[in-house]
Amino acid sequence: MQPTQDEALTRHLTTEYEWGFESELDQEYAPKGLNEAIIEFIWAKKKEPPFMLDFRMRAYRAWKDMREPHWLNAHYDPIDYQDAYYYAAPKSLTENRPKSLEEVDPEIRRIFDRLGIPLHEQEILAGVAVDAVLDSVSVATTYKERLAKMGIIFCPMSEALENYPDLVKKYLGTVVPYNDNFFAALNSAVFSDGSFVYVPKGVRCPLELSTYFRINARKTGQFERTLIIADEGAYVSYLEGCTAPKRSEHQLHAAVVELVALSGSYIKYSTVQNWYPGDKEGRGGVFNFVTKRGIAHQNAKISWTQVETGSAITWKYPSVILKGDNSIGEFYSVAVTNNRQQADTGTKMVHIGKNTRSRIVSKGISAGRSDNTYRGLVQVLPSAENARNFSQCDSLLIGDTCGAHTFPYVEVKNPSAIVEHEATTSKIGEDILFYCNQRGIPMQEAVELIINGYCQEVLAHLPLEFAVEARKLLAISLEGSVG
Amino acid sequence: MKTETPMLQIQDLHVSVEGRPILKGLNLEVQAGQVHAIMGPNGAGKSTLAAVLAGKEGYEITAGDILLEGQSLLELSPEERSHAGIFLAFQYPVEIPGVSMVQFLRAALNAHRAAKGLDPLDTADLMALLKEKAQLLKLDPSFLTRSVNEGFSGGERKRAEIFQMAVLDPSLVVLDETDSGLDIDALKVVSDAVNALRTPERAFIVITHYYRILQHIRPDVVHILADGRIVRSGGPELAVALEEKGYEPLLATS
Repeated sequence: MQPTQDEALTRHLTTEYEWGFESELDQEYAPKGLNEAIIEFIWAKKKEPPFMLDFRMRAYRAWKDMREPHWLNAHYDPIDYQDAYYYAAPKSLTENRPKSLEEVDPEIRRIFDRLGIPLHEQEILAGVAVDAVLDSVSVATTYKERLAKMGIIFCPMSEALENYPDLVKKYLGTVVPYNDNFFAALNSAVFSDGSFVYVPKGVRCPLELSTYFRINARKTGQFERTLIIADEGAYVSYLEGCTAPKRSEHQLHAAVVELVALSGSYIKYSTVQNWYPGDKEGRGGVFNFVTKRGIAHQNAKISWTQVETGSAITWKYPSVILKGDNSIGEFYSVAVTNNRQQADTGTKMVHIGKNTRSRIVSKGISAGRSDNTYRGLVQVLPSAENARNFSQCDSLLIGDTCGAHTFPYVEVKNPSAIVEHEATTSKIGEDILFYCNQRGIPMQEAVELIINGYCQEVLAHLPLEFAVEARKLLAISLEGSVG
Repeated sequence: MKTETPMLQIQDLHVSVEGRPILKGLNLEVQAGQVHAIMGPNGAGKSTLAAVLAGKEGYEITAGDILLEGQSLLELSPEERSHAGIFLAFQYPVEIPGVSMVQFLRAALNAHRAAKGLDPLDTADLMALLKEKAQLLKLDPSFLTRSVNEGFSGGERKRAEIFQMAVLDPSLVVLDETDSGLDIDALKVVSDAVNALRTPERAFIVITHYYRILQHIRPDVVHILADGRIVRSGGPELAVALEEKGYEPLLATS
């Protein structure tokens, strides 16, 4: 008797999370828990300028008065914020900060080698500069000198605070205020590192800038902070990738990303998110609770592209505030959930300026016993003459134990606006799989082909080098799905 | 006298769907280079035969065997049967949004090559092959970059099936009501494409309700399938008789 297609599909798609290895590093921790003394400890450890202590303290006090939100279309148990470390750093990176890659602890270099993230510039993909962040600390940033010649700053946030405090002070918290929401306030209080990018007026950044985040330490949250500023007429394409070891407990990842696109500039921000998703029963995995927002000034453009395959729960809405006239916001998203994963993601497009345009293309793929929600807000304020929005939200179901949900919110306060929304829900049918099989294409490849085709419109927006990786991830993340 | 192994032998095949017998002792033998037409009324089991040959899930074979070049197919998955040389031109070819014909056929061809222990084709060789076959079938090359069957008319879908057949170079082709939904012009185009692919090594099974496709694709043998069995076999004249008199008198005398 032949196996049924369902069984075959399940067997072929069963692959393990490849990035789940753990490394033994000598870590320095802050004392467990969270209070004002810890905030001060982090600030002092990082030798930050005085304004940062003020920023962190205000955020911490705001956070203390907030309540952990649970309005997402997913369930998580309340988090014990006192039972975690808010600062963890490999000692070899902080005590005597390595001046060159040769001085970096070989064990740390091995982590990134295993992940396929080369830290040697000569090995790196042509045209990509990488900032590698392990737990809370930046390990290495490549191509810094080459970029510096063009006036482009690409460095860890901690270095930016040391070398360009005025620039950081001018923009930090201007897009996502310290008290924006519970997790953003927590991040503002305790963030340890992240990437900082500044592209000067009229400069087109010739490299893809990329940050690779890796959680290694136990019982630590990862709270990185990214700030990208494109000055007038500048262009930059930035990409982040992430993985974490397999752990039976949940790990909180509460990042904040702020984009400032000044007049006539263009920021393209791509994410390939592959945090550990937990096991088949939903034990462990990363809570990916992230605030990402950009502000687009006159004639500026911000484009978010995300491929979300990992995390136990993904909860985020990369957004664009279309403040300037003629500004453009885009959001292209693929979110895949399998097993017990839950995703509640989408975007917010806030039209303030005249002739502002936004485009939303969301593809949700659910398998196993997962739940996948698109939640989006298109807001047209009275000032936004002739605003235009187009939204396309498609859901694909694999099997009949998963869920797909769409919550599009539209608020229009200007009668000249045109807002369009299209949505579809479909299944990978046995007919389409049989069609592929009949042509000789085995089950796993058939699913890959179908999924990639389904996501083509989004993947086409990723930088080429990463589109290939994203395609592989899509296939791998549909582990054990049942057709 | 033919002494070599037939391309296809179906021996006393019994097939049930959800416990209901559909095929009830079907026998058929097809030699390489031949075209066999299988005609029959609705519900006779024609499409079931096509699906069972291709190995579709949900069909229970309760007795009998299917041999391709002497080897039983019953334990083979649909893709293994494809690699063994079976091609099914679908009655209703599905759409695969976002997957171009090039991507699709690259995956299919390379799977066939892998089964034979060959390396994947490089892009230049792949494109040369696809363009050559497109030209043979007088297809516009833009066809290659469009998503598989997406937004295709009925005629285009059927031509796309024949094009895929030309690329995959199968030994046994099953045309499952390829003529359904085609107007006269489209039928002629598709039939010409099939005729262009007739070779002494390749066999065809043409499943149809209607005589008209057999005016274009001339069969060597015509079978009438009724109630799960082949009840009459003959030359092309049998199809003519069917066209003139309908099934009933032929079934009554069987």
